[in-house]
Amino acid sequence: MKEKNSFLKKHWVDIIAIVAVVALFAWICTSIYINFRFAKKINIFYNYFIVNRGYERLLLGMKNTAIIAVSGLLIGIVIGTLIAVIKVVRPSNRPIRYAQKVVTVYVAFFRGTPMVVQLLVGYFILFPLMKLTVTPVAACVWIFGLNSGAYISEIMRGGINSVDSGQLEAARAVGMPFSFSMLKVVVPQAIKNILPTLGNEFIALVKETAVVGYVGAIDITNAFQYQGSNSYEYMIPYLVMALLYIVIVAAIAGLVKLMERKLAKNERH
Amino acid sequence: MNDINNKGKLLIETRKLTKRFGSLLVLNEIDEKFYEGEQVAIIGPSGSGKSTFLRCLNCMEDPTSGAIVFDGVDIADLKVDINVQRQKIGMVFQQFNLFANLNVLDNITLAPRYVAKKERRAKVRKNILIRIGNLFRKNKKPLLELGDSEKEINRKTEERAYELLRRIGLEDKAKVYPSTLSGGQKQRIAIIRALAMNPKVILFDEPTSALDPEMVGEVLDLMKSLGKEGMTMIIVTHEMGFAREAADRILFIDEGVIKEQGTPEEVFDHPKNPRLKEFLSKVL
Repeated sequence: MKEKNSFLKKHWVDIIAIVAVVALFAWICTSIYINFRFAKKINIFYNYFIVNRGYERLLLGMKNTAIIAVSGLLIGIVIGTLIAVIKVVRPSNRPIRYAQKVVTVYVAFFRGTPMVVQLLVGYFILFPLMKLTVTPVAACVWIFGLNSGAYISEIMRGGINSVDSGQLEAARAVGMPFSFSMLKVVVPQAIKNILPTLGNEFIALVKETAVVGYVGAIDITNAFQYQGSNSYEYMIPYLVMALLYIVIVAAIAGLVKLMERKLAKNERH
Repeated sequence: MNDINNKGKLLIETRKLTKRFGSLLVLNEIDEKFYEGEQVAIIGPSGSGKSTFLRCLNCMEDPTSGAIVFDGVDIADLKVDINVQRQKIGMVFQQFNLFANLNVLDNITLAPRYVAKKERRAKVRKNILIRIGNLFRKNKKPLLELGDSEKEINRKTEERAYELLRRIGLEDKAKVYPSTLSGGQKQRIAIIRALAMNPKVILFDEPTSALDPEMVGEVLDLMKSLGKEGMTMIIVTHEMGFAREAADRILFIDEGVIKEQGTPEEVFDHPKNPRLKEFLSKVL
């Protein structure tokens, strides 16, 4: 009894605070439930999503989001690595100097304009100019790849600079050319160093796919928007959409962490 | 002067080798010759240009002016394919520089494998051209011999790597990553990595300076045994004892020029140059 008394005495402020927060939360929940007529909304959502097969569009959207984000990242890594290598080379001759200027402009353009603008310009102006008819998803893949290439180039440059210069020196000293030495010795180490940042970039890329609806590609956001505008009921779809993004991002973050641990282990044994 | 210790064929010759970093003159018109089968130690105070001199010999540092004739080819000439020449010049670094992302075996086999496969692929490409040409030729041109398949190349380079690892007694470390090795083990593996290319000469850039004192011995022993086998070695070192014992010739470099050179006895016991005398009095 005495124990309990001392506990109360010690923590009475916390207990009151917790109770107050719980009560507030319960009040907000009930008032939302009553005022927004949640039961009805859930019913509508269920009707459109399950009965009318709204989930099919969502599955398509998830597939497209995955395609755009993953291939965007892969293209980005290739382009980013190329740009980073061009940037770290000593400008010993004229072609390299010109290439360095070109990639500087490239990076400035893709980092200086919003993703949506790049998508619109690319899909509605550049691709038609080049007489290319591409599906919206394919256009998104390329433009996301070009865009993330610009960002990854800066990340990769840091990664390459973080690799001890002796590594490249040793590779060149046995007579392997610059490109092969980079490919086999420096870049693998650089990628290991930048893996956490690269994971970040991938997460950003996944979230950025939310704008592909502008050029008519179906993604997660687009699927839920469609659902909302069809049923005139936005709350549940948008909340579910936010939740879905959080789950996806958390899963990617977990995967990146797992990969890091595995790579670190590789080095120890 | 040039004929001292003339054991064999002329291997490397520097002609008026000059190197500047900006306005700083590091090497000042060095003329020097290295012969096949000799072991040359380069000593000198820090900042004297001895490491730069060594690094110029395989063009890790491009000389500002002058020529470096290796095996009859001026490798300072930018038109020369430096990679092909470097395959014949091994190099061992102060910081070992084993490839951290590859295990010991891959560290050793990476370069030999690359060279062998590149040669094979060049032949394959040429064969395609010959085949196309043969369609229009009356007298068919024979195809080039390809030699080993890529698998065979892998097997042979690995076999050679194991042979070298057995020599230094680190066969069990073949699948291990460099970060788990001691400094002495790393440096010995770096040496056999250079050996795996069957180079004509190995350049050592202060190979024992980054080692714990108790590991210096194992590396020096390996280098001595290489010297006894007749490997040409050019060694920048602070190990005066080793230089006296293992080298045929000592070069003393200071202020970017070779101030004195000669056999170990001449240099260590009867130094003439006042700068060398001062240097020896400090280090010995």
